[in-house]
Amino acid sequence: MEAVLAGINVMVSEDGYLTDFSQWNKEVGTEIAKNEGIKMTDRHWEVIAWIQEQVKAEKPLSIRGIKKSGVLDIKEFYKLFPGGPLKVSTKIAGVHKPKSCI
Amino acid sequence: MKQLLILGAGTAGTMMANHMRPKLDKKEWQITIVDQYKTHYYQPGFLFLPFDIYTEDQVKKAGKKFIPKGVSYVQKKIEQIFPKENKVKLEDQTINYDILIIATGSKIAPEEVEGMKGANWHKNVFDFYTYEGSLALRNKLRTFKGGKMVVHFTEMPIKCPVAPLEFVFLADSYFNKKGMRDKVDLTFVTPLGGAFTKPKATASLSYLLKEKNIKVVTDFAIEHVDNDKNQIVDYADRAVDYDLLVTVPTNMGDKLIERSGMGDDLNFVPTHHNTLQSLDIENVFVIGDATNVPASKAGSVAHFQAETLTDNLLLYIDGKPLKEEFDGHANCFIETGNNKALLIDFNYTQEPVKGNFPFSGIGPLKLLTESILNHWGKLAFRWIYWHMLLKGIAIPFVSRNMSLKGKNI
Repeated sequence: MEAVLAGINVMVSEDGYLTDFSQWNKEVGTEIAKNEGIKMTDRHWEVIAWIQEQVKAEKPLSIRGIKKSGVLDIKEFYKLFPGGPLKVSTKIAGVHKPKSCI
Repeated sequence: MKQLLILGAGTAGTMMANHMRPKLDKKEWQITIVDQYKTHYYQPGFLFLPFDIYTEDQVKKAGKKFIPKGVSYVQKKIEQIFPKENKVKLEDQTINYDILIIATGSKIAPEEVEGMKGANWHKNVFDFYTYEGSLALRNKLRTFKGGKMVVHFTEMPIKCPVAPLEFVFLADSYFNKKGMRDKVDLTFVTPLGGAFTKPKATASLSYLLKEKNIKVVTDFAIEHVDNDKNQIVDYADRAVDYDLLVTVPTNMGDKLIERSGMGDDLNFVPTHHNTLQSLDIENVFVIGDATNVPASKAGSVAHFQAETLTDNLLLYIDGKPLKEEFDGHANCFIETGNNKALLIDFNYTQEPVKGNFPFSGIGPLKLLTESILNHWGKLAFRWIYWHMLLKGIAIPFVSRNMSLKGKNI
C-alpha cells in the first residue's frame, strides 16, 4: 500500500516495511526511525549501511551474523535499536524484515 | 567416459541420480553419488516420531534402495572439493568430474549457542531435526509428567521453517489426548517479530495459538542456555524458564563446504536463484538445502528444483544457455493438530494465500485453511516420498513453477 514518508510517496507492506528499496533514502529512513522512537546518529547510520550491504550480498541477517560482523557487538545493537533490533533496523534500512514462510 | 558426480544421497541428490540416469548415454556418462551414511531418513517424519504417530521403521530405509541401476554409489566420507581442479577428495580416493552437483544439505549446529549442547542435551534439552534427537524426545515425552515446555528456534534460515510451529501444535494435541494438557504450560519462542510473519498468514492463522492456549515470546535472540537454572536467555537479558526445551539450533551447510572454501557464513553455497548453477564455478550446480537461495529448505522445493536442474544440466552439456526457470516454488502441508492440517503453496515473491489446490474452485485441498483432508495429504505424503518423489516422478497436477490458479490474491 502507499504511504507518505518525508514527503515522498512510497510503497510499504501492511506492517510498514518498504517494499521497493529504490524508494529509500536517508530522509525516509529518518522518518521511519522517528516513528519507531529512534533519533538517528552517525553510529545508527553505520549499522544501517552494513545491513543494506548484507542484504544486497544476499547474506542472511541474524543476531549471530551481527556478532561475527565486527561492526558492532550485540549489546550495542540492542541499545541503538531497542525492542527487536533486527526488526527495527531492517525497517529503517528499507529492506525486508527477517521472516519465515508463513 | 565423462563423470557426473553427485555429493549427498539425501532427498535432492537421490532425485538427481534418478532424473539423470535415463537421460544420459551410459556409454558416454558415468554417474557417481557419494554419501557416507547408509540410511536414508524421511526427515518430515521427525516431526511425528516424538508423538508416537510414526514408528522408527516408517522414517528410515536403506539408501541403496533408491539409487538407480547404472549409478555408482560410493559410501565414503568426502574430505574436500577442489572446484578449480574438477576433483573431489574422498577419505581414500579422488574422483575427477566433468559436472558436479552439490546436494549436501543442511545440519543442526547446536554448538553455535553456548550451553545448548551442554550437560542436559537430550536429557531436558532436545532437538527434533535429527533421528537421534527425535527418538530421544519421544522417549522423554512418554514419561513426561508435565511442567513448562518451551519450543524454540534459534535463527533463520532453518530447514522447514514452519516445523517448530507444527511441533507446538502437535504437542498441544498430544497432551490433550493423554488427558494432561492442563499440566503442561506451552510456550513458543521465536527470534522473529511474531509466530507468523507474513500478513495473510498472520491474519488467517493467529487464532490457532489463542485457541490452543500457547504463549508466544517474540524477538528472542538466544544468547545462551543456562543448564543450571533451566532457562534460555537472550541478548536483552530476557530469560524463559523451561522444564523441557525443544529447540531448533542454528542450521548450517555441511562442514565440507567450509573445508572447500565454497560457502557463505553459514556454509551455504552461493547459487543462482533461477538456474541453480553455482555463482562461482560454471560446472558446479547446487540443489536442495545446500544452496543459499531464499526459498524454504524443504523436500518439495528440492523436488521442483530437480526438474529445472535436470533440464539445465542437459542444456549445459549441449553448450546452450541455461533456463532461468526456478521460482522458489514450495508446497507444504502444515500440521495444526487434532488431525487437521493446512496447505501452503508459494514462491520467492508470492506469499501463501487462501484458495483451492490444485484445481481452481474445486480443490480438493484448501490453501491456508485447516482441514482434515490436508492432514490426510500430509500422511499420504510419506508414501509419495518413498515411491514417487525420490524416484523423480512428477507429482500429478503440481507443476514445477507455482501456479496462480485457485489462489485468492
